[in-house]
Amino acid sequence: MNVMRNHILISIDAGTLMSGARAVEGALVAEIVRQGLDSEVSVLETGSIGITGKGVVLVVYPEGIYYAGVTPGDVPEIVKEHLLKGRPVKRLILTEAPKRVIISKEKTGLLKEQPRIVLRNCGFINPENIEEYIAANGYEAIAKALQTMKPEDVVNEVKASNLLGRGGAGFPTGLKWEFAIKTPGDEKFVICNADEGEPGTFKDRLILEGDPHKLIEGMLLAGYAIRGTRGFVYIRGEYALSIERIEKAIADARKYGLLGNKILESDFNFDIVVMKGAGAYVCGEETALIESLEGKRGHPRIKPPFPINAGLWRKPTLVNNVETLSNIPDIIRNGAAWYRDYGTDKCTGTKVYTILGHVVTPGLVETEMGTTLKDIIFEYGGGIKGGKKFKGALVGGAAGAFLGPDMLDVQMDFVNLREYAAALGSGAILVMDEDTDMVDMLKSVLHFFKHESCGHCAPCRLGTARLVEIIDLIAASQGTMEDINQLLEITKAMKDSSFCPLGQSVNLPVSSAVKYFKDEMTARVKA
Amino acid sequence: MYREQILKKFEPRLDNILYILHDLQDNNPQRYLAREDIEKCATYLNIPFSYVHGVVTFYSMFSLKPRGRYIIRLCESPPCHLMGSESLLEYLKKKLKVDIGETTSDGAFTLELTSCLGICGVAPALMVNEEMVGNLTPERLDAILEERRQGL
Repeated sequence: MNVMRNHILISIDAGTLMSGARAVEGALVAEIVRQGLDSEVSVLETGSIGITGKGVVLVVYPEGIYYAGVTPGDVPEIVKEHLLKGRPVKRLILTEAPKRVIISKEKTGLLKEQPRIVLRNCGFINPENIEEYIAANGYEAIAKALQTMKPEDVVNEVKASNLLGRGGAGFPTGLKWEFAIKTPGDEKFVICNADEGEPGTFKDRLILEGDPHKLIEGMLLAGYAIRGTRGFVYIRGEYALSIERIEKAIADARKYGLLGNKILESDFNFDIVVMKGAGAYVCGEETALIESLEGKRGHPRIKPPFPINAGLWRKPTLVNNVETLSNIPDIIRNGAAWYRDYGTDKCTGTKVYTILGHVVTPGLVETEMGTTLKDIIFEYGGGIKGGKKFKGALVGGAAGAFLGPDMLDVQMDFVNLREYAAALGSGAILVMDEDTDMVDMLKSVLHFFKHESCGHCAPCRLGTARLVEIIDLIAASQGTMEDINQLLEITKAMKDSSFCPLGQSVNLPVSSAVKYFKDEMTARVKA
Repeated sequence: MYREQILKKFEPRLDNILYILHDLQDNNPQRYLAREDIEKCATYLNIPFSYVHGVVTFYSMFSLKPRGRYIIRLCESPPCHLMGSESLLEYLKKKLKVDIGETTSDGAFTLELTSCLGICGVAPALMVNEEMVGNLTPERLDAILEERRQGL
């Protein structure tokens, strides 16, 4: 067998495609052939390497050198200098971490100390090749479960891991599964909620693009655990590449006997289909998502009954987020005790964050639960762009909370943030520097809610419209103190009376903005 | 006749409605759902016209109005807003001489707004048909429009 001297991983995700990754890949392959290196150097596609906004990103192994902003024009130089002569092209090396010329995988500030569970394979394997996933211990967990564990054992293992749902609410996953296994029913469904619409959140997209088989394995384990029969992945219509990758992964898994009837020669039958959304934020709410799956307008349902009792077509249905399900294979493979070693006592494991806004290196970070906001922004995000001061962050998406500088040292996890009347939510961290107009940011958030309110219930439909009128007044310096109080009162009423979490959650950004940036808001209103 | 071919690809089940509507819209030369699209879908699924109309108007990716060859969907969510999407919207409006939801007189571009596209690392961002573009500046917008115009 021919052993390759170098492997070049090229990140193919929505971000790099936009920067022309395919053209670079084509040029690279052609140049390698032209230089007669094709028996020594291989070019492999992978998902996101965790670096965004830096154009086309390549990693050359075994050296572990990261190149960023590569164009087809740079390719001959990389091939000639680095691959032929062994001299890395310094001007293209990613030098985001200060004072480092060559950054190896272990030393990259960006990737350093990121304990990766969910993203373990992202940026290392080719997501379109099932064998690479299998080589990275893929589908071992489902084999272990089918051969050595009863469905109840799988549920107990997940319960013991203390995994909390990563969709935003942080509900204990094991408990949900236990309800599901106890609910009687001839047919049960597993739905993966991939309707990622929370502004600033793209973790699920990168998981789907970078390691789709892990999600499939997570869904298989969920299906086995609750004695489910069919799985559905409900994905945003805008996520073209995610849809393509997960569909290919499902087709490949079927070919390998990992989906369908008698999986791995057991009596377990399970198959997955992909459903494509059509642009509605509210469909991220589980009952609205189910309505949409059934082919209706995506209006939320009244709860109870919860989906676990009467979900899709009124059958027992388990709904879990992409990141939640992607944690499951490693929990089953390595055991709950191993998983509990990560994170805090109350919130185990890791969390995938998307960090963006005024930071030096926006992107994707997976770190242990309990990491402080400060570490995430300054260690992983590289600090504030242009050496400016930190002013605040919007944590958890539009339905999250604005946090001020005195929250920097707070440990981030679901339980802890709740105590500060904030929420971890989807894990989006939008960082704002000292020049940011907070009234303007709140205005943007409220316009978002007005647009996305589905109109089903009056508190949310009327409330979001009124909030926009008021914030527009304040932003135009036409508001009064009374208007600020009105914002709080309306969102309080919406929190108490809205039909679904969309209307209920508007209170969080509004009350936190008033709490941390009251001076700035009062300075904008008429005396 | 192409509509019948699209419908035939799907089993006549209600849960296929979004797929059918996506496919009908993508294949309509004016990238919208015409009355005939909705009628055909309703007949095929054996449901009232009003039901399909209701579904279409709920989801923002569907349009009842004819649209241009290229649909520009600028993200207006907080991350893009923070990075300056509002001024880009003004720039686009002026440059294309249209308001939000309108199509240029030559039928080339339709200007729309969208919620978060999930590429916030390169905010501000937009989608041109199926393609995502980020790190926008007025100069980049000029180049994007020019490139598309040449391709017409």
